[in-house]
Amino acid sequence: MILRVLLLLTLVVLAPLAQASERFIVVQSTTSTENSGLYGWLLPQFTAESGIEVRVVAVGTGQALRNARNGDGDVLIVHARAAEDAFVADGHGVKRHDLMVNDFVIVGPGADPVGLGESPGATAALKRIADTGAKFVSRGDDSGTHKKELALWRAAGLDPTGDGGEWYRESGSGMGATLNIAIGMDAHTLTDRATWVSFGNKGDHAILVEGDPALQNPYGVILVNPEVHPGVRASDGQIFIDWLLSPTGQAAIAAFRVNGQQLFFPSAR
Amino acid sequence: MGDAIAEAFRLIAVGDAALWEIVSLSLRVSLTAVALACLIGLPLGALLAIARFPGRGALIVATNSLMGLPPVLAGLLVYLLLSRAGPLGPLELLYTPTAMIIAQTVLVTPIIVALSRQVIADMHQEYDEQLRSMGITTMGAVLTLLYDARLSLLTVALAGFGRAAAEVGAVMMVGGNINHVTRVMTTTIALETSKGNLAIAVGLGLVLMLIALTVNGALMALRGTQGVARHV
Repeated sequence: MILRVLLLLTLVVLAPLAQASERFIVVQSTTSTENSGLYGWLLPQFTAESGIEVRVVAVGTGQALRNARNGDGDVLIVHARAAEDAFVADGHGVKRHDLMVNDFVIVGPGADPVGLGESPGATAALKRIADTGAKFVSRGDDSGTHKKELALWRAAGLDPTGDGGEWYRESGSGMGATLNIAIGMDAHTLTDRATWVSFGNKGDHAILVEGDPALQNPYGVILVNPEVHPGVRASDGQIFIDWLLSPTGQAAIAAFRVNGQQLFFPSAR
Repeated sequence: MGDAIAEAFRLIAVGDAALWEIVSLSLRVSLTAVALACLIGLPLGALLAIARFPGRGALIVATNSLMGLPPVLAGLLVYLLLSRAGPLGPLELLYTPTAMIIAQTVLVTPIIVALSRQVIADMHQEYDEQLRSMGITTMGAVLTLLYDARLSLLTVALAGFGRAAAEVGAVMMVGGNINHVTRVMTTTIALETSKGNLAIAVGLGLVLMLIALTVNGALMALRGTQGVARHV
């Protein structure tokens, strides 16, 4: 009761402080697009053309989807196809569009002590990690990357979360924090290439497994359904989505470079 | 570490516009939260110290325990309140500095209540008879003691400011760490750490410490002059 009175009092005092009616949308997003600097490159171009400010909440795919289910966001940019389809099927999203792709890689100690570089693909590499008991750090946070990692373990016929091996650790954190942990523990981990290339604390770690078609990482964009969540800024959100999927937006995604390297490949149809 | 110190000096020397934007938002959010928490907490603390009513003991234990409220839990509760799916959703406050101020006020108020209660209780013991003999009401006593204890209460406010300026869990959840809108010192440090830019992260941390030092120093100076004036 007291807390409620206090909160109401606070609200009354603070109401005039709330932002005036600027034109903006809120995007719930995976972290890789923010951490790699893609938004820093893309969004000013969109804002200059449309006059719409884009406010990004970068939290990881799992939390982004959950926040959007509460209606807290107008547009979703995430990478977990099954969860995205479920989001739309449940009525929370209007439609899912292909936006762009990049790929996942497995990084580990540069000297590659367990010889992952010789494994023929991602699942073979994971089997090798499990067989040798080499350390592996999992996101463990229901993010797009975590979902992908669990799918790869299933494809390899293994369940490291169940048998709780000494070598398998769940960080419960974002990609960057997980990379910091993996590097500190001299362990392997699965990461999207964009976060890895732009990561500043690589230590002696290097990419050990890449190029397997199973490591494809497609990103989708979804307008949150204004019929289910009345507060959604649907028209401005749709303008943003239309721009991302237009030749201009897709070319801007393709033109983004980190250290001279293209990190995201347009995939709108 | 050398890199980090160099980075801190570079950030300050360059007078980076982005840095000042973040610093000023941090100060605006945390100082406003502390001011609101004092507005609510000081009278409440003084009342708890002086007045006698049923449930007073329980209330004291409750506020003392709330000092340990985890910022991320406070953030979650305020998120649930302000979310479009929550009771205050129509106010559209989520992901604004206002939401961050609310969350930090929730965190700081118990500290102000609990510490000011202790300060006022000690002082009340000393002045109780005097106040009674002058026939002052409870309300009058609250105001008198709050005024007399103002220098000690400054330290209470500083403890609250320390809590507000240092926390990241609550502002991250209700602010969303949105560039140019809700990005503050602590969320920037978390972001730079997650990008692996450790030197920048520690550099920002040193800038944050410098700000805390400045605020504390300024208040200490204020307190010093007050103290002198009192004895003249």
